[in-house]
Order: sequence, then C-alpha cells, then structure tokens
Amino acid sequence: MKRAGFATRWLPILLLLPQLAIIAVFFYWPAAHAVKSSFYLEDPFGFGSSFVGFDNYIHLTGSSEYGRIAKFTVLFTVLVTFFSLALALLLAVKADNVIRGAKTYRTLLMWVYAVAPPVAGFIGLLMFNQSWGPLTELAKSIGWDFKLGVNFNDTAFAMVLVSVWKQVPVNFIFFLSGLQSIPKSVREAALIDAKSSFRRFWDVTFPLLAPTGFFLLIINITYALFDTFGVVDTLVKGEPGNNPMTLVYKVYVDGFRGNDMGGSSAQSVILMVLVLALTVFQFRLVERRIHYT
Amino acid sequence: MKNIAISSAAALSMLANTAFAETEITWWHGMGGALGETVNQIAEGFNASQDDYTITPVFKGTYEETLTAGIAAFRAGEQPNIMQVFDAGAATVIAAQGATVPVQDLLEANGVDFDITDYISGVRYFYADADGKMIGMPFNSSSPIMYYNVQALEAAGVTPPVTWEEFETVTAPALKDAGYTAMAQSHLPWIFVENFMSRNDLPFATNNNGYDGAEGTEILVNIEPLKAHFTALTEWQDAGYFEWFGTGWGDNQTPFEEGEVAIWFGSSGSFGGLSQKDLGFDFSATYLPYWEAVTTEPKQTFIGGAALFAMSGKSDEENAAASAFFEYLTSPEVQYMWHRETGYVPITTAAYEMATADGHYDRFPAAETGILQLSLDASENTRGYRMGFYVQIRDVMNREFGRILTGETSVDDAFDAIEAESNELLARFAQTQN
Repeated sequence: MKRAGFATRWLPILLLLPQLAIIAVFFYWPAAHAVKSSFYLEDPFGFGSSFVGFDNYIHLTGSSEYGRIAKFTVLFTVLVTFFSLALALLLAVKADNVIRGAKTYRTLLMWVYAVAPPVAGFIGLLMFNQSWGPLTELAKSIGWDFKLGVNFNDTAFAMVLVSVWKQVPVNFIFFLSGLQSIPKSVREAALIDAKSSFRRFWDVTFPLLAPTGFFLLIINITYALFDTFGVVDTLVKGEPGNNPMTLVYKVYVDGFRGNDMGGSSAQSVILMVLVLALTVFQFRLVERRIHYT
Repeated sequence: MKNIAISSAAALSMLANTAFAETEITWWHGMGGALGETVNQIAEGFNASQDDYTITPVFKGTYEETLTAGIAAFRAGEQPNIMQVFDAGAATVIAAQGATVPVQDLLEANGVDFDITDYISGVRYFYADADGKMIGMPFNSSSPIMYYNVQALEAAGVTPPVTWEEFETVTAPALKDAGYTAMAQSHLPWIFVENFMSRNDLPFATNNNGYDGAEGTEILVNIEPLKAHFTALTEWQDAGYFEWFGTGWGDNQTPFEEGEVAIWFGSSGSFGGLSQKDLGFDFSATYLPYWEAVTTEPKQTFIGGAALFAMSGKSDEENAAASAFFEYLTSPEVQYMWHRETGYVPITTAAYEMATADGHYDRFPAAETGILQLSLDASENTRGYRMGFYVQIRDVMNREFGRILTGETSVDDAFDAIEAESNELLARFAQTQN
C-alpha cells in the first residue's frame, strides 16, 4: 500500500505553522496567563500583587453566590439546548414534508440566523419592555404580571426564550439537510413496514439523524454556555443586580466590571476545565452509541 | 535638481511641523448622548482658547468600561493623558499610586495657583487622599436629590417631605389617595446606602471611611438604622407607597416622567435631561429626607458622578497641556456652562456665584438643590469613602436589595450577606496592594 505523504519533513510543519501560531498567540498564551494570574491577587493597574495559592479557588467554592450561578447555568444550558433542538427538529420535519412554497418557508425559518446575539437581546428587551412591551402585555392578558429585570424567574424566562429563538434556525438548517440526506429507498421501505408516521419517525428517521443530532448537541451546549453572553448582557442592561446570569457573564462581571483579575482568572480556568471534561465525556461515551453511515 | 528641491522642502516642512506642533493630549470619558456633546463642546472651547495644546475627547462607553479600558491601556503603556473615573472606582485608581499624577501636584508644578478652599465644601475631599491633597479633579459632580411632581403634591395637598417619618405618615398616604405611587428611586446603593450614611451622619466604614488605608477596612452597613430603612421600604412597597422597577436607572425614572410616580430620587445631574423633556407636569426638587429617629442634625451628602485623573508616564509638555486644560475646565465660565447644560453642580464657589448672579436659580430653582445640599453642614462622615473593589460591593448590594424587594430574602439575611461579602472583597483588595 502506498502512503500519500510529503517529500520533505519541513513542508508540512511549515504549512501548519500559521495555524499553530494563531492558536498559540490567541489561545495557549492567554490560557497560560489566566492559569498564572488565578494564583495571585493583583492590583488592577499592575503595581502590586500577592501570591495566594489556591485562595481564589477556595473563595469560589465557598461562595454561595457562585454556586447559585453555576446551578442556574446548568439549568439554562439544559433548557436552551433541549428547546432549541426539539423545536428545530419539529420544524425541519414539517418543512421537509412541505412541497408547495418550500423555499419560502425554509428561508423564513432560517433568517433569524443572521441576527447577532446582542441584537437578539435588544429585540427581547423591546418585546419585554416594562411599560409597553407586546410580550409583557400578552403575559398580563393571561394574568402573569411579567417584570423583566425585577423578577428573577421572569428575567430567566426571557433569557431562555431569546436564546432559543436565536438558535433554532441554525439547528433547523442542519436537521433539514440531515433529513434530506436520508436515502429515498430507506424511506420507502419504512413506508411499507409501518403505517404510523410517528413510528416511522422514531424507528427510522431519528436514528439516521443521530450523527447530525450529536454534532448539534455539542454546538448547542457550547452556544448556551458561551455565546449567549450578548443576550444575557443586553437583557440585564449591564446591571447584574438580582438578575440571573451565566458563569461566563460572571467572569466578565468580576474581571471587567470589578477589576478583580485573580478571582476572574480562577473562574475562567474552572470553565476551561469544565469544557475539557465535557468534550472528553461527549466523545468517549456518547459518540460510541452513534453510527455514522 | 528639482527632486532635491522638493524633498528638502518636504524635510523643512516636517521640521517646521515638529517645531511648532501643538501638544496633543487625549481624554477618555464615559459621557454618552447629550452629555458627550457638551464634553466635546468643552474640548473645542479649550482648543480654540489657545494655540499650544489640542485635547481630543474619546467616548469609551459606560463608567465601568471607561475604567477598564483605562487600566488595560495603562498596563500596555498606552494610557490617555486624562481619564474619567467614577465615584465607585475612585478607590481603585487612588490606591494605585504611580498610576496617576495628583492634580494638585500637576497644577502646582505647572505654576497654576491651587487653593482647595476655592472648591465648594462637598466636593473638596471625595477624590483627595487622607491628608486632603486633591488627587482627581471633580468633573461631573452630582448628588442624589428628591424630585417631585408639583401638580401631584398639590392634588394630594402635601408639601415635599423633610423627614422619612413625614413621608410615611403624611405624604405617602395622601399621594396614594390622590392616585399616585408615592415614590421610586434609581440607585439603591448610591441613594439609600452611601448617601443615607452621610445625610444621617453615620460612619460608612472603619479606618476613617477607608481613607486611612485598605488594610483592615471593614464596611459598616449592618446597622439598625439602615436595616430599619429597608424594612420600611418593604412595608411601603406593600402599602403601595413605593415601587421598585429593577436595578436599571432608566426603568425607575420612566414612571416618574410618565406621571405615575409622584416623587423620584435621582441625581442632581438628571436635571438637564428632565428639563429638556415635555413631561406634561412641572417638577421641582429638594433635599434627601432623613430619619428623625436617627439624627436631628442632618448633614450634607457625598458627591457622585466622576472625576478626571491625570495619568502618569507622560512627558512634561503633555502634563503642561493637561494642567492647562484643568485650569480651563475649572474656570467659572466653563463650570457655569457645564452646570447650566447638564445639571451637574459647579465645583468652585466662583462658578456658583456666577450662576447666582446670572439669575440661573431664579429661573430654575431646582437646579440649585444639588449644590445647596452639598454645602450643608459637614462632619467626619461626609467627606467621602474609600473602599476597594467597590464596584463589586455595589453589585452585591444591588443583588441583595433586589432579593429583599422581590421577597426572596429577609432584610436581616440580606444585610448579613452584604456585610460578609463586602468585607471579603475589601480583604481581597487589601491583598492586591502588597
């Protein structure tokens, strides 16, 4: 067997170099810096600093507020991931069946994808405006005295809603293309075997969509954990107060609002470890059960 | 030959440029919207007033963002000449000796007469060190005051309350009967904690309100008068006298502007914005009430807003430019213009006298409230406070107060939490100073 390869050893290294340099400068170097500064308490201007060992981490584990934010982040991630995937799958299956005007439907379902998270948050802010927001009015009409920025649960609801709305189109695009790549012969065979479209979906379509679904699961968890920053920031109007927030937003609040470099670095190191663990878990355990065609 | 002529002419003109160039300095600030335009107006006025220096103001976002940008720039050696730092960030920048040149030193080194008693009494020491040397130049100075809807109070047959006891027993019930929510406020930590302390003549922190150093400074908020005030707020909330619209400033100001809320606690700097709006009612303003049960001799309040700091590591020419700008900024004419346009208080007595002589307060009596309140009797407790990581302490307060007002926690638990977390932050800040 002939192995395809490079004639010289240096060419592949040379070709990889730009990419490696970018990763080193924008990821490894700052990450190493974050690890280092998480062991210090440093004057914001950089004049004084004291080595405090694991104090910044111990401080976090002892903080009931940090625990509360962590719990909220988990709940938020589960809700956003579940609803984004479920709604997108439902819409994709329905859109896949549409024959007339299919393109129009698909375009309409996709175009929210172009909205940036802070803009999505801002639209949420308008919809839930305390005195004249249409969604606030709607909630009032069913007896729900909705108060964004006042009531913790109401603000959390708005955050989940806006984040899901923003993410559904991405998932929709992937699910739709996943559905369309299922061979027609398989579908026809299934049609003969099972009359119920519900059964056909769960027994045939859904397993065949699993690779797409797994990919989207990872993308969505990452989205809910990190990319919702803009939504959270806009909906709390930059004032955390008693509003819910995610762990990433807390890093920002302590580091960029409060100038506590050490504490903020420790939090970002914790997040880094969390993401690493999550990735290993997903690829080791979940992916084994999925068969790529 | 022709080429040589051109290039030597170019070289000459470059030489001329460096020889006669104006010294350029930058000023980072957090004043958006209409305030930002007035800032630009001041800068243009300064540039037009002389030929030696040019100042360029740069809007850097909110107060917090401006401070963070300034710190990052300082660490990279790219700091602006002048940076605006807000009240809650004062401890951070003043503790970092070496990051700034104290304005008093800067002005004196450049031959400008400096006398701290030229500044009105409430403004003098907030951005000064423990020895009373001015470190930051107070810029947009404000104080929380009580705005009220004149027609609403007339309809209810009451006058603006002087004490909280009067508010509770007379003003609020009458306003409620007249169909108004009696009261709202826009910043709980600033108005109902920090200035509650100075107004009611209570110490805010150990170590002389923190002025004597970060080491061992502890916050003194877990006290009966303050807890009683927040207990009263929850009772007033239940009785329909008070409504809380969240931590955001504007959400609490809007109901006052819409005429639903009769009394609103905001900043003396809100005056300019309010008077430009077509509110549909007349508004006026007066002092913050105090609790008669706590003190019978209420004092002046702290200044809020922000100050300008001259960043270190700049050349003598640039420092001279910054000094000239500060001199221009504190001139009575500029201060009066700033005061008139924005509602922020004039920082010098001379500017205040100019505004009085010009009849500004005959036309707009409410515009004088802030400066009068800042000129009331002073005490040890009113000159200011100096606490590190104070931005986060305010965030902790906002969080716990929000929980109190949405029924998620009790007043006692909230103040225990604020005290514990604040002292932890203060201890951590002290560690950064080694």
